[in-house]
Amino acid sequence: MAASITTNLFYLLSFLVIMFACMVVITKNPVHSVLYLVLTFFTIAGHYVLLNAQFLAAVHVIVYAGAIMVLFLFIIMMLNLNDDTEKHKSIWLKATATIASGALLVVLVGAVKGSAELKTTKIFDSKIGLIEELGKTLFTDFLLPFELSSILLLSAMVGAVMLGKKDSN
Amino acid sequence: MSAIEIVPIDRYLLLSTILFTIGVLGVLYRRNAIIIFMCIELMLNAVNLLLVAFSSYLSDSKGQVFVFFIMAVAAAEVAVGLAILMMVYRNSKSTDIDELNKLKW
Repeated sequence: MAASITTNLFYLLSFLVIMFACMVVITKNPVHSVLYLVLTFFTIAGHYVLLNAQFLAAVHVIVYAGAIMVLFLFIIMMLNLNDDTEKHKSIWLKATATIASGALLVVLVGAVKGSAELKTTKIFDSKIGLIEELGKTLFTDFLLPFELSSILLLSAMVGAVMLGKKDSN
Repeated sequence: MSAIEIVPIDRYLLLSTILFTIGVLGVLYRRNAIIIFMCIELMLNAVNLLLVAFSSYLSDSKGQVFVFFIMAVAAAEVAVGLAILMMVYRNSKSTDIDELNKLKW
């Protein structure tokens, strides 16, 4: 019983993720695109919960839906793009884009299907998604990348301020 | 009961592949630079989902730590990218990528 509920939940979430992602591409209004992307991120967070990565699900919602998407909405508001101002590509370019990405999908799915069977562990450790285990890994094996990412964020912040500043000459 | 005991990992591989392809489609399909940025986020998320799936299926927390780094890089990328976009809009009054053709041969 529990098994079928989880399977159905997986398929429901997968369907929602793909539908919302398609809506991001299809919708003409940029504000609607951003809102559909927020919904996509929420459903991906649902997938993380299903995969026993609870802490990552929380961080994902906070960082993506909370911070990054607000930045997007803010820029769209500042540039006043909330009406449908985008000129669309010609039908030939759209068809080419669809065919090209469809071919990429075929290639990737073929590569996945043609690869050897994936070995997974038989006994699953449900604790790896919790903050204790993640913190241990982050601060022992990945201490140097962690510190480097702080420098990356600092330089990105400085760069964004430099770029966003009006010319004062 | 979590999905890792029931759903085979192939399903997650397939889902991430489809999500990544939708991101690629968006980059090729749209002309608005902001939407293109959002589709790049979509591609990053497809990779994140795959990393989390492998990390859970192999009971190894390293994959999930990698997702944190991808999130940090994505945040930095969005901050700088949107600042560049503001500059572009200030100079050309548009975010249409087809108008940014000064470097085109």
